[in-house]
Amino acid sequence: MAITRWSSPSTFKPLEELERLRREMDRLFDNVMSRRSWLTAKVYPPINITEDKDAYYIRAELPGVKPEDIEISVEADTVIIGGERKAEDVGTNVTYHRKERETGKFKRAVRLPTQMDPDKVEAKFKNGILTVILPKSEGSKPRQIQVKAE
Amino acid sequence: MMAAEKELQVKEKQQAQQQAESTRDIPVYIPDVDIYETQDALVMLVDMPGVAPQDVNIDLKDDTLTIRGTVSDYGLGETPVLMEYGVGDYFREFTLGHYIDQSKIEATMKDGVLKLVLPKVDRAKARKIEVKAE
Repeated sequence: MAITRWSSPSTFKPLEELERLRREMDRLFDNVMSRRSWLTAKVYPPINITEDKDAYYIRAELPGVKPEDIEISVEADTVIIGGERKAEDVGTNVTYHRKERETGKFKRAVRLPTQMDPDKVEAKFKNGILTVILPKSEGSKPRQIQVKAE
Repeated sequence: MMAAEKELQVKEKQQAQQQAESTRDIPVYIPDVDIYETQDALVMLVDMPGVAPQDVNIDLKDDTLTIRGTVSDYGLGETPVLMEYGVGDYFREFTLGHYIDQSKIEATMKDGVLKLVLPKVDRAKARKIEVKAE
């Protein structure tokens, strides 16, 4: 940021100064707002939601979770992802050097802006990533509107 | 039973500090690992969600074990709506002791978890030392 001297009457232009301040504020806000919202919910598992024209995709990293230990339910506009990450069976008589991987139960509700058809929701689990596919209803898909010439 | 009742907490992924820059324009993370020792081997469990078994690269040079995982299939071409975790590759290095039989290391990958079994050389296996009474 440039440092402008205030005192000199020849350089002090209040309106310009205000304008500069406004730009500076805009820049600050843009920085805060456009920051990617890492870990907003603080509920396990962290999720990424993406969309294309046909569906919403909710992804979560669940390494080491067995597909049969994941439960997904859908109710109107809310998807609930729950399950348990169980400890690996390591047998008895082992000594740990490091233990960074955590185990436990989880449950998280995700609300989407549109109603979903529970029958059409699909879930895949591949390489430790859960993907829940929520097809968009016909009504919520973007439509191309033709402009007619009269 | 306490451990089984525990609820999982969100933990932010840590980015790896690499000497060389990656050629892919995505972050590189440090995977979480468990390392435990059994009587015959050292076992490592490495969390690398999103990495297919064929995209894991394990390198052993001198005493340094390097684990690299490359992610694929993470929704490229879709529009992000909410991003709570970063998607990236994985990288972590370990120095192995001389008691590992480097020719017999085995690796398997399942559900995003890499399991490495590093067998100990015979002389490194735990011996019970008997105390003799004099």
